[in-house]
Amino acid sequence: MNFTVTSEIKNSVAELTLSGSLDSGSASVFQAEIQKVAGNVPTEMVLRVSELSFMASAGLRMIVFAKQKLGPSVQIYLVKPQDQIIDTLQMTGFIHSVHIVDKYPV
Amino acid sequence: MAESNFDTRIDYYPTHEHKGIKYRRGHVLPFGATMVPNGVNFSIYSSAAFSCTLVLFEKGADQPYTEIPFPEEFRIGNTYSMIVFDLDFETLEYGYRMDGPFNPEAGHRFDKTKILSDPYAKAIGGRDEWMAPPNWENVYPHRSRLVFEDFDWENDKPLETPIEDLIVYEAHVRSFTKHESSKVKYKGTFAGIREKIPYLLELGVNCLELMPIYEFDEYEHSKTNPETGEMLINYWGYSTLNFFAPKSGYAATGKYGMQVDELKTLIKDLHANGIEVMLDVVFNHTAEGDHRGPTISFKGIDNNTYYMLTPEGYYYNFSGTGNTLNCNHPVVRNMVLDCLRYWASEYHIDGFRFDLAAILGRAQDGSPLNNPPLLESLAHDPVLAKCKLIAEAWDAGGLYQVGSFPAYGRWAEWNGKYRDTIRRFLKGEEGLIGEMSQRLQGSPDLYSTRGTAAGINFITCHDGFTLMDTFSYNEKHNEANGENNNDGNNDNFSWNCGWEGETDDEGINILRHRQIKNALTLLMVSQGIPMILMGDEMGRTKYGNNNTYCHDNDLNWLNWDLIEKNADIYYFAKHIINFRRNHPVLRNRDHFRNSDYMGTGYSDISFHGTQAWNADWSESSRVLAYMLDGVHAKNGFTTDDTVYVAINMHWEALPFELPHLPEGKSWHVSVNTDMPSPYDFHQHTKEPVMEDQYSCILGPRSVVILLGKKPNLTKKKTNLKTNKKSKK
Repeated sequence: MNFTVTSEIKNSVAELTLSGSLDSGSASVFQAEIQKVAGNVPTEMVLRVSELSFMASAGLRMIVFAKQKLGPSVQIYLVKPQDQIIDTLQMTGFIHSVHIVDKYPV
Repeated sequence: MAESNFDTRIDYYPTHEHKGIKYRRGHVLPFGATMVPNGVNFSIYSSAAFSCTLVLFEKGADQPYTEIPFPEEFRIGNTYSMIVFDLDFETLEYGYRMDGPFNPEAGHRFDKTKILSDPYAKAIGGRDEWMAPPNWENVYPHRSRLVFEDFDWENDKPLETPIEDLIVYEAHVRSFTKHESSKVKYKGTFAGIREKIPYLLELGVNCLELMPIYEFDEYEHSKTNPETGEMLINYWGYSTLNFFAPKSGYAATGKYGMQVDELKTLIKDLHANGIEVMLDVVFNHTAEGDHRGPTISFKGIDNNTYYMLTPEGYYYNFSGTGNTLNCNHPVVRNMVLDCLRYWASEYHIDGFRFDLAAILGRAQDGSPLNNPPLLESLAHDPVLAKCKLIAEAWDAGGLYQVGSFPAYGRWAEWNGKYRDTIRRFLKGEEGLIGEMSQRLQGSPDLYSTRGTAAGINFITCHDGFTLMDTFSYNEKHNEANGENNNDGNNDNFSWNCGWEGETDDEGINILRHRQIKNALTLLMVSQGIPMILMGDEMGRTKYGNNNTYCHDNDLNWLNWDLIEKNADIYYFAKHIINFRRNHPVLRNRDHFRNSDYMGTGYSDISFHGTQAWNADWSESSRVLAYMLDGVHAKNGFTTDDTVYVAINMHWEALPFELPHLPEGKSWHVSVNTDMPSPYDFHQHTKEPVMEDQYSCILGPRSVVILLGKKPNLTKKKTNLKTNKKSKK
């Protein structure tokens, strides 16, 4: 399934909506979007991922990239991730880098 | 400042093309497959190949999508290298074909029909999920893959815990949490261990030694047990496919190719909780077996370099498994060094235990070397400088080097003599008091110039009986291994306490539990580095099987319900481990001097018997006591209580006269293994003062620890009691 990502800035919060499959082929697209919103110096980043069906290793790395790009004080929220995504985040330990929420604002 | 811009570098543009795949001359070093801008750099060594071809697969595909021969101009010396562009890092699988002579007498076994795995591959596909049925017709079953090496370690680094402060816990990744009773979500995996970190913390250990986690093939030599129909497999994993790749089947995420991230997260979390990670590494042989074994990698790349060969071209078998890695060949030596540096730097591994390490000291013709270059290189390597290096100082070819392993001031050893002496003493053999005194002191007879930390003390390990079985079986019972009980060690120095195997006899079970507590106590009060086998702290049994290398079942899986069943052992184990942690006088790095160099009126160590200051060294003696003066702890750089340990391995209770303490100090009871739980130990700082300060009675086959210190604030006093129910 093709990967798509859109973004907007609302009240200093970067909101990105992801869908499809995030792997090594699509990670660079996601990375470019992160870099674009980072220019606005957001205070929080919200990833709406309910339509994201798969996240490979390269996708996980983009979350770490976002954290490093935005700085440790910027919290990252994953809104309504699918079970497979949560499982992957748990098993690899990346879950400690993000907040899993059902809606945002929390 | 100018920004670096790879796009402007001319060496990252293709110069060649093969069926639409673009490539160019590569970098010779590093060996392996390395991600570079726009592509992947491949580099491999072979001293005798005529030519080399890079073979590329889409992940899981039956056949390669392309094969690119290395142009002759890409060969520098005996290395082939090229950069291939526009590859998908996550879905690429690669290998090599090597064309060269097939002349076994000369050591060459080239076969260009085989696709060969890269010795430097960082991940191996093919056994992604544990015991997932393989495709036996696969043209390339163990496929080299790429990994991302950009893990976010944050502030983590190897802990560098002083070696004398380590308490090692030896565990098998799958066995630790596979049993239903573990109640973890990701059973049998790296992620499962992460869920058990609170348990390790509660137990008190601070170093987790993992049995082999390099990629191996669990199906290797698999067979069916004719009696049970059960499949017997390569469960323990002492047969390496690749030295750089973690076992994918040990990762809950192995099916997604994320085993590297999962393992690194485990290590990072263990470090965050103060627990070091040590790997059991197997550099003595590979999974390729002898001349009848499969060609997977080394055999087809450069057989003559990677293996020790007889003059006729057959394989020396010092490992007992078919072949022997040619560790002191300069190329292999560099590979081992590269490998350990990789694990130390990329995985933050704190130390390595080398399986059958005596092989690492053998020359290419198999003879033992006086100055083995590999061992010396590892000892002085700058990247490994703070890593613990621990040898299993023997091999299957008869080379036994406990006490004489070439150490270069760095190497420690599994002390097999400690295990044997303690076991024999615990079962009641006489004539051992002199040797016991050496083992309890950190074996100065073996390591006179190397200090106590040269010895890893253990009574049990993955090989052999568990502690419970050491006191439940006189003989091994390996019938389930399908080898007519011929495998496994016959010299177990065990004693069944009166009945072979499990029993309802209360007296025998009490004695077994007491013997386990005796063993744990001696292990924790000995100078040197203690190592506990997974599950011994809860009375784990393997039902008398002392060689469970092939069982993916309850024989190996840790049953966590034993914590409840053998609660007395578990609580005692926790106490005695933490007793060691609370008393630095038990963790000296240097040997005792048998003198009073701190001017306290007491030697750093003194030996006693049933009479104070008069140990019974006679042939028939089964008793020994010793006292450590806490002012001498760690060469006097710290202060501790006086610790007095009395051991009675006679079958009768015996009175022990106590040494006098300095003015103001009195004897307190910390441990008495003769007493039933919960009276067998007293909590740290809450030890009751003894009513009788001049003598105590030790029950049959029991150990007592007293602390000499200023009285606690409690007024409660106790007499050292003996257990009337004790079986002799």
